[in-house]
Parts: sequence; C-alpha cells; structure tokens
Amino acid sequence: MAIDTAPAIGVAPATRPTPRWRNRESLTAWLFILPSLIGFLIFTAGPVVAAGVISLLDWNLFSSPTWAGLHNFARLGPDPTFWSALGNTAYFTLVSVPLTILVSLALALLLNLGLKRITIFRSLLLLPYATITVAVAFVWIWLYIPHDGLVNAVLGWFGVSGPAWLISDSWAMPALILMSVWKSFGFGMVVFLAGLQAIPQQLYEAGRVDGTSPWNSFRHITLPMLSPALFFVVVTSVIGSFQVFDQALIMTNGGPGSRTTTLVMYIYRTGFENYDQGYAAAQSLVLFAFIVVITAGQFLFQRRLVHYDN
Amino acid sequence: MTTDVRRRLVVFTCFLVTAVTLVPVVMMLLVAFQSDAESMAAKPSFWPSSWHPENLTRAFDLVPLGKYLLNTVYFAAGTTILETVTAALAAYAFARLNFPGRSWLFGIYLATLMIPSQVTLIPQFVLVAKLHGIDTWPGMILPHAFTAIGVFLLRQFFLGIPRDYEEAARLDGANRWQAFVRVIVPLAVPAIATLAVFKFIGQWNNLLWPLVISNSDATRTASVGLQVFQDTNGTQWNLLLMAATVTTIPLIVLFFLTQRWFVRGITMSGLGGR
Repeated sequence: MAIDTAPAIGVAPATRPTPRWRNRESLTAWLFILPSLIGFLIFTAGPVVAAGVISLLDWNLFSSPTWAGLHNFARLGPDPTFWSALGNTAYFTLVSVPLTILVSLALALLLNLGLKRITIFRSLLLLPYATITVAVAFVWIWLYIPHDGLVNAVLGWFGVSGPAWLISDSWAMPALILMSVWKSFGFGMVVFLAGLQAIPQQLYEAGRVDGTSPWNSFRHITLPMLSPALFFVVVTSVIGSFQVFDQALIMTNGGPGSRTTTLVMYIYRTGFENYDQGYAAAQSLVLFAFIVVITAGQFLFQRRLVHYDN
Repeated sequence: MTTDVRRRLVVFTCFLVTAVTLVPVVMMLLVAFQSDAESMAAKPSFWPSSWHPENLTRAFDLVPLGKYLLNTVYFAAGTTILETVTAALAAYAFARLNFPGRSWLFGIYLATLMIPSQVTLIPQFVLVAKLHGIDTWPGMILPHAFTAIGVFLLRQFFLGIPRDYEEAARLDGANRWQAFVRVIVPLAVPAIATLAVFKFIGQWNNLLWPLVISNSDATRTASVGLQVFQDTNGTQWNLLLMAATVTTIPLIVLFFLTQRWFVRGITMSGLGGR
C-alpha cells in the first residue's frame, strides 16, 4: 500500500478547491477588462442587438415605435431604390477592388525592383492615402468639371471628348471608382511591398539557374508567396468598398437619379432624412449579411489558393 | 538590356507614375491660391496667373474653420486616447490572465469585428439622443472609443512578448498592474503607437458619425464643415480648396511623421508573406 500512496506526496490533489491566488487573478483580469467591456457593451454589442430589435419596428424617432414584425424586410423586395443601391454597391466593389489590387500590386512590384531611393517614391505614392477623403473629393469634382476640367483636357490631347463625368448616367460611377482607386491604392501598395520584401531571394536565384522566365517566376514564386498579403488586401478592400459613403455623398450625392446611391448612402437617407429608423436598420442588417456571406466565401476560397509557409 | 538602362527605365517610370498620382494634390494647392475669378472661370486654369495667399485668411473668415479643426482634434484625440488605453488594459487581461469566461468573452469581441459600423449607426444615434448627447463631446466620442479591433491587435502583440520578462518583474515583487505598466507597456510602445495612429487617422477622416451627431459649430468637425462651406457660398473653388488643403495638411504631416510605425505595424501583423 505504501507504493500506492507514495506518488501522491508532493503532487496536488486533483480536487483541491480553487486557491486564493486564482480568484485574485480573475478579479484582476476583470478590473483590467472592465473599462473596455463597459464601453463595448454599451456602444458596440448593445447597439448590434438593438439594430435587430429596431428593424422589427416602425419608428420615426419622434413618436413612440409600433411593432412591425418582418414588414421592414418585406419592404425591401418591391423597393427599386434598394435594389439599385445594392447593384451600385456591387458594381463599385466588383470594379474598384480588382483595379485597386492591380494598381497597388503593379506599383509595389515597380518599387521593389531594388531602387535605393524607394522610400521617396513610396512616401509620395502614399500621399493620396494620407489625404482626407472629403477634401480630395472636392478636388476631384473640380478635375471632373465637364468641358474644360483637367481630366477632359487631357483626354482632349488624345482627341477624345470626355463625358460630363459626375452628371452622366453611365460615367458617374466610373468617375467615383477612379477617385476611390486613387485614394486607396497606397494601403495595398505598402502591404504588398512588405510581402515582397519578405520573399527569400534564393527562390528567385534558383529559378534563374533553371532558366525560368520572369513571368513564370512571378506566377510560381511571387504570387504564391504573396498570397497571404493578397488575401488580406482583398478582404479588407471588399469590406471597405461595401461601405463606401464619403466620396459618393460629396461628389455626386447619389446622383444622377440614384445612379451612384450606395447601400450606406441609402441607409443614411432612410434613417436621417426620411426618419424611417426601422427600415434603415433592416437595410443595415442586410448589408451585414452580405458582408458576412462574401467574407465567408473568401475564407473558403482562401483554403485552396492562399499559400502559408509553415 | 544592360542594368544601367534598366535602372534608368525604372526610375523614369517611378517618376512618371508619381507625377500623375500627385496631380490632384498639386491641383488642390494651386487652385487654393488662384483669384476668385480664375478659380470660378468656365475654363479652369492650371497655374495661378496671380498668387493670392490671402485666400488662407479669407477661408478662415468665411467659416469658423479654426474651430472646426480644433473640434476635429478633440474628436480624433478623444477617441484615440480612450481606445488605446482601454484596449491595452483589456488586451493584457485577454493575453496574460486566466479567468472564467475568457475565451467566450473574447469570442464575442471577435464576432463584432465583421459588423459594419453602419449596423450600429442607428442604435448608437438613438442611444446618444436619449441621453441628450447630440452635439456634445461625450456623444461624439464615446460611441467610437471602444472597438474590438484595438483589443484584438494589442492582444496579438502581447502574446508575442516572452512571459519571462514579466515573470522576472513578478519575482521582484511587482504586482500585475506594475508589471503591466513597467514591463509590458514599454515593450509594446510600437504596437500601441500603430493602433493610435490608425485610429487617429481614421477618426480625422470620419464623416458619417460627425454628420449625424453634430449639428452646430460647437462640435462640427472639418470633414462636415467643408460641406457647409460649399452650401453657403456656392462653389468658390479657391476658398473651398484652401480649406480642404488646411484640413488635409495635419493628417499628411502626422502620416509622414509616423509612417515608419505604420509600415512596421503592417509588417508586424504577420502580413510579411509568412
């Protein structure tokens, strides 16, 4: 029997009560978390739940709300402005995200060609990203002035007579997209540059010995090694472009007609111009659902295409 | 192609691309100095035919731009300070301390990361309105000062700090608070600074929330103020773009002063192809 009890000496029994230091650690932990938690519950978690409740109400903020059930969601179906806002947001996303990625990747590759003075160019190319959106949106209105604005003046040199960008049914959205790509490519460029500089040079040297063409080494070395950065930029750009608001409000105010009314702008209008809070909340939840579905889709896709080196 | 020719070609391309990219920024500056007539002419001109530095004071006279800029500083600094301090405290607990419910609470924090701010816009507005916070600083700042992203970023960084550093301080008799303040925070300065810069820039740029909450000059930020500018004066491009320049310059200066942190923050977050 001595053998059975011997190992127990010096080993804590499995069922001992929680020691005091453990309780103290919990208490300390909650004290550290509390300031953040209170704010988080009141201003983030609470409002998320409240958005769900408000979407079930008919409420103009001033009179007392009445129960509407799923009526606000049912209103989405026959609402042409909602569908065109959704379509405009999808158009914006589908064009601006690939374009931003192409531009930022091309510039990162250019800057990565081993220049000594890379930081000067990097800093200057980051300038658009560092400007305030509302301010540069005004500059772009000015550049897009129909007849003799700079954009059309340059097109004129090539014999092209440019459209009346911001008031044209078909060109207002491309004009917004061009400005947005200009505004945001800097972020992707920096991320890609960081990714490119982390690729071991030996990989390229090995490729060169085997006589790999530059295009093939880009396809088989650079792209796979860069795929985590690429994935990050794609996900954040898609989420960002689903929420586009500032430049659309300033440059076109959603027009002409509702050609450039984005989802967020429609939410803003519904809630703060028409005071239809229930309907605006329902729209915001639909926006959320789209973002979740698309992001989840990207994560599924990522399993097959993104290469993590570990 | 010889290396020399290739290098020149690269430099030339860089110059060209950078020049084209900077056109809107340069235009903003140039038009800001044009005369009223020139900036509003049907055919816009590129280079000012006469320079009008007095446009700067005129812009400040026409709208309370100084007040708007100060308001923007309050708003951006207020949200940034509150967010970084509370996020650092919470992130430390999530990274280092054991307590029941830690993983599910952190899970809830994480779950809100994907929720667009537009979803919480209306409830936040309603809440602030009920608390009579419209057009007040607490109403402007508090709803944007506690986000999960800060907690998430800093927790990631704290997890990477070797436990030994902190253990050593604990053996010397430091309590958790002292270990946090004297060991963890000094080591985490780059991460905290990165978060602060991101947050400050984001809030300086924020339009939607100030647009909804502030409705007088008492709290109106510059991004909202620029619009008022256009509404009340038609489109007086020289003064408007002067105001736009003045609003953008602090952000550009901050961005370039902190660029190293910003770039390091991106590399640090594991995006460096690892």
